[in-house]
Amino acid sequence: MRRFFSVTRAVAWRSIHNTIVNPAIIVPSIIFPLFFLVAFAGGLSRVSDIPNFHYAPGYTAFQFAFVFLQSAAFGGVFTGFAVARDFESGFARRLMLGAPRRSGIIAGYAVGAFLRWLVVAVIVTIAALIAGMHVDGNGIELSGLIGLGIGMNFTAALWAIGIAMFLRTEQAGPLIQMPVFVALFLAPVYVPLSLLTGWVHAVSSVNPITAVLEAGRGLLAGSPVKVALAFAALAGAAALLGVFSRRGLASAERAG
Amino acid sequence: MTRQTSLIEQVGAVARRSAKGVLRQRALIIFPMLFPLILFAINGSSLSRVTELPGFPTHSYRAFLLAFPFVQGAMFVSISTGTSLARDVETGFLNRLALTPLRSEAMLFGQLGGAFVLGCVQAVVYLLVGIATGVDFVSGVGGVLVLLTLSLTISFAFASLGGLLALRLGTGEAIQGIFPLLFVTLFLSSATLPRNVIGTAWFREVATYNPVSYMVEGLRSLVIQGWNAQALELAFGLALALAAVSLALARPAMRSRLARA
Repeated sequence: MRRFFSVTRAVAWRSIHNTIVNPAIIVPSIIFPLFFLVAFAGGLSRVSDIPNFHYAPGYTAFQFAFVFLQSAAFGGVFTGFAVARDFESGFARRLMLGAPRRSGIIAGYAVGAFLRWLVVAVIVTIAALIAGMHVDGNGIELSGLIGLGIGMNFTAALWAIGIAMFLRTEQAGPLIQMPVFVALFLAPVYVPLSLLTGWVHAVSSVNPITAVLEAGRGLLAGSPVKVALAFAALAGAAALLGVFSRRGLASAERAG
Repeated sequence: MTRQTSLIEQVGAVARRSAKGVLRQRALIIFPMLFPLILFAINGSSLSRVTELPGFPTHSYRAFLLAFPFVQGAMFVSISTGTSLARDVETGFLNRLALTPLRSEAMLFGQLGGAFVLGCVQAVVYLLVGIATGVDFVSGVGGVLVLLTLSLTISFAFASLGGLLALRLGTGEAIQGIFPLLFVTLFLSSATLPRNVIGTAWFREVATYNPVSYMVEGLRSLVIQGWNAQALELAFGLALALAAVSLALARPAMRSRLARA
């Protein structure tokens, strides 16, 4: 177990070090959520005037919950890009030769993704508060929202690391991010689920991210809904994707 | 004795190479085309209730939103053009061309040939998707032809910008890094809501000064309004201005990239 943690710590440290010395790595993961916050909370604020739209803290908070969780998911996705880059440069192969417990590599990348997302989450939250976001949830409820973000970040990181280890090329970028992007936008992003119509309503109703998003919005508003379901969905996805990323690692090991 | 090739022949040769490059790499066509369609499908349904807002100009949000993939697709064309020209810079292809009698204008305009092919394919696909999803074009068949022409003009304008950035920056990575900024200009425009319905004052102001708003509105006018001369003049005018400025700045950059010893 000690060997596992030493590999995890080393890979996570390298990930953080790369982010610090190369701001180009973290800038896109900060800019995208900020830009979504501005475009959605600012440009679409009139959407809250649609009949039967009810969300007490207001549209900025409604969109913040989405942007917060989206930034968590993309924090994980961007880690997949780093893994792919490490394979293309040959670093990942050297890393596998030197690591006594290779599963620590996955954990290290995931911890790196989490630490990078923390920076993004703080910046996005400050931006939303400056934009006048109302927060009605108490400390415990807001901790729940942060917990959902951590779960989302971890789940997305496992997906991205798995794909990157299976394909081992930066050209896997679209395959890493597109499914996450589509799954996020097939949740009720702009209006509550009850106001969606047609095929998007049908898909949103069975999309597990819908439960996570609704739980996040409920916690932010101080009236929790579907919290247990959201955490269960994230735990289930993380378990499945944990196996998937481990298989990706095995595939990379076989490839040499 | 070898025959001196004309500028048009040179442009044709480079354009053929560029177009073949695009057609050979399906990822260059499929991803840029698919992404705007996914957003169109999702947002077209998710935001359909905004047509209930007072002052919204149409009852069909899908018809309102159809201009969005055209402009977003044009932005992808700029990235694809810029990336392939930057690759020519990075791989030394332009340096080798400097040993030939090829004129810098031929290289520049020819490179946009690939962008033209991509722009054509995208415009037709978006149009067919619009028709398939029940969008009614108020301006009729003539309006559809103008819509395709305007879409190609906008694609050409953004491709010219992509070419300029490639020649100035010289690396594909830098071009990819520019993409979020282009994306921002689309989202800070009237692409998802008309300016009179945007509630936040500063956002409305930004959208009003954002040229992308007028490109979107020109395309949209043909779908939901009919013939709106002012909207079309602004859209064509701004697209042509963007192309002219980009090409004017790109020419000296290309000359210096093709500098002969």
